[in-house]
Amino acid sequence: MSAIGDQPFLYVRRAPADRLPPPAARAGALGWSRANLFSSPANIALTLVCVLFVIWAVPPLLRFFLIDAVWSGTDRDACLASPAQPQPGACWAFVRVWYSYFVYGFYPISERWRVDLFFLALAFGIVWLLRLSAPRRDIGAFYFFIVLPILSFVLLHGAPFIGLIVVPTALWGGILVTVVVATIGIVFSLPFGILLALGRRSEMSVVRLSTVIFIEFVRGVPLITVLFMASVMLPLFVPERLAPDKLIRALIGVALFASAYMAEVVRGGLVAVPRGQYEAARALGLSYWRMTGLVILPQALRVTLPNIVNTFIGLFKDTTLVFVVGIFDFLRTIEAARADPKWAAPTTAVTGYVLAALFYFVCCYGMSRYARNVEARLARSDRR
Amino acid sequence: MVEKIQSLLPQEPPRRPRRIGGIVLQIALIVVITGLAYGAILNVAQNLARAHIASGFGFWSNTAGFDISQTLISYSASTSSFGRAFWVGLLNTLVVAAIGIVLATVLGFIIGIARLSRNWLVARLAGGYVELIRNVPLLLQLLFWYNAVLKALPELRGSVGLPGGGILNNRGLFLPRPESSPHFSAVLIALFAGIAAALVLRDWSRRRRERTGTQIRILWPVLGLVCGLPLAAFALAGFPLSFSAPQMGRFNVSGGIEILPEFAALVLALTIYTAAFIAEVVRAGVLSVHAGQTEAAQALGLRFAAALHLVVVPQAMRVIIPPLTSQYLNLIKNSSLAVAIGYPDLVQVFAGSVLNITGQAVEVIAITMTVYLTISLFTSLLINLYARATAIVER
Repeated sequence: MSAIGDQPFLYVRRAPADRLPPPAARAGALGWSRANLFSSPANIALTLVCVLFVIWAVPPLLRFFLIDAVWSGTDRDACLASPAQPQPGACWAFVRVWYSYFVYGFYPISERWRVDLFFLALAFGIVWLLRLSAPRRDIGAFYFFIVLPILSFVLLHGAPFIGLIVVPTALWGGILVTVVVATIGIVFSLPFGILLALGRRSEMSVVRLSTVIFIEFVRGVPLITVLFMASVMLPLFVPERLAPDKLIRALIGVALFASAYMAEVVRGGLVAVPRGQYEAARALGLSYWRMTGLVILPQALRVTLPNIVNTFIGLFKDTTLVFVVGIFDFLRTIEAARADPKWAAPTTAVTGYVLAALFYFVCCYGMSRYARNVEARLARSDRR
Repeated sequence: MVEKIQSLLPQEPPRRPRRIGGIVLQIALIVVITGLAYGAILNVAQNLARAHIASGFGFWSNTAGFDISQTLISYSASTSSFGRAFWVGLLNTLVVAAIGIVLATVLGFIIGIARLSRNWLVARLAGGYVELIRNVPLLLQLLFWYNAVLKALPELRGSVGLPGGGILNNRGLFLPRPESSPHFSAVLIALFAGIAAALVLRDWSRRRRERTGTQIRILWPVLGLVCGLPLAAFALAGFPLSFSAPQMGRFNVSGGIEILPEFAALVLALTIYTAAFIAEVVRAGVLSVHAGQTEAAQALGLRFAAALHLVVVPQAMRVIIPPLTSQYLNLIKNSSLAVAIGYPDLVQVFAGSVLNITGQAVEVIAITMTVYLTISLFTSLLINLYARATAIVER
């Protein structure tokens, strides 16, 4: 036994061996692509098809929208095919010329600072409300749902007694109208949706029945028919002198429509609150409204926040439908500009639509990323 | 002492006092709703009388007097009634919805499964499709397909001739119209006979499998019955089918089947848009099946296809079907966007033209909404029945 200690067994290691690199076939870019792209003949075929598709699709798109694109010009001639540019790309010159129309519509140029201020105030409110770490979000909610609507009305519509001239809604247009419609939809649909959802779970049969009928009715018909109803029938329902203007009618339609959808989302959140919470609140002697406001709603809204944001995304996309009842939202201003004979070129339509798509995509994708983040955060905080 | 003990014993729960507040609130609600409705009706009557617009549904049988660009049933502006126009519009809506639903389902399942693919590139492309399409408004996509793609096709003179005799230009797609001679019915009879025989064969093989445990492959016999039989009949009857190709005229294309660009744009937009949502539904459904199910199926010795067919799909479908149906409903409701590009669907024909001509907003809008409501309620009824039928019976 002792021989081991004395005899120098040279083949016995004294130090740990160097770590071997992982097999080349499973590590690094090569291994990754082997596992994810070329694991079987069928997979190789799929990968090849996709690569061919990307090669076929991407360079022409880049050429059209960036390399061959026309960036400056004063009328359609710049974007038409000519010996100098046999295949003109996207007509960004058109966007540059019409840009302010797309944002403000026919809002008087001297008053446009009011619109900018409105955008700022709105952005401030959104950030305050949506940043989960922002301080005093209850004041934020008060600002967003009470102060902001009044401020916006004074700013955008005007108030002669403080020196802001009245700008009739017929002059509003573009992104301004899109944002106004979406914001009104959001500001009204959340409180009304909560009330409707509570009504639907109420023990009072009349309340329950009327809310169920309203919600199911609105959810069962297309938004276009609701807008038609608002724009054609609403003026009939009120005395002639009270007939609301076109934008208000559409806003009422959108708000009603959004409330019904919001009600179903909130109801989902209410269902998710365990029964024990209701019973505990009752046992503490809270009245119905205090129970709802202090115990149930905070939990229900927290759970369902991602769904609420998803409803807002749907609402934001649906604002384009006011187009159909003749309101100049962003999409409609693009349609109008596109139809201008001064800019009638084969590429203007595509350019306008791509611009609109970019705008809606950025807004909606941003909202959906936010919803996903909140969801992930909730999942983390619910883990015990 | 006795009283004290009695008070500790469980007692009947106290009757919940009827809350006066609740009753007052309900009565107030009834009064407010009735009052609003009454006021609205009064105002409607006044406003209509001032504008000299008739009320009631008498207009239904009056002559319509306007043209419709796509009519599946006979219709003429000079003789058909508003009621006929309603049916034309409704049929156009249903046709777009039916075709859209079939195509969106196929595309949606493909994209949804592609998103779950182990191939990184395939999954990424499918994910990009879903994100891009879901975050751009449908109306914008519809206008894009209509104005920027289909209306940008060459004009009549530069029409593109398609292989097989079709013609494509900015007035639409014109396809050869199949024309059958009398013998063609033999082919149809053969087709139905083939399908019936295939069903019988399937049942027989299933019963045999359940009895003996041995399986016969019936794929080829079934294909032979369903496809081969009609083909054979077709050949025997002397190829009783011919196509009449559309002819280029100087001012128009005549003959053939005409597919309006409005129709094509609507189907394209609805299909592509809804498919993105269906893809998400499918993905969620497949992911909802626990991985243990697949592993258990493999442990039982089921092959990949069999495991998919017998274990994964049935469980996934239970999760997929209810949201899938509500996507179908969305598609039907979204088809009303047709009004933006002038496809004569229910809303465009009825809530558009008929309303403008008659001015009877209340009746027209009420009828239009009733149609959509009926479809929606009927579908939700079906979903509920399905959900009840497939609910898991827990041990």
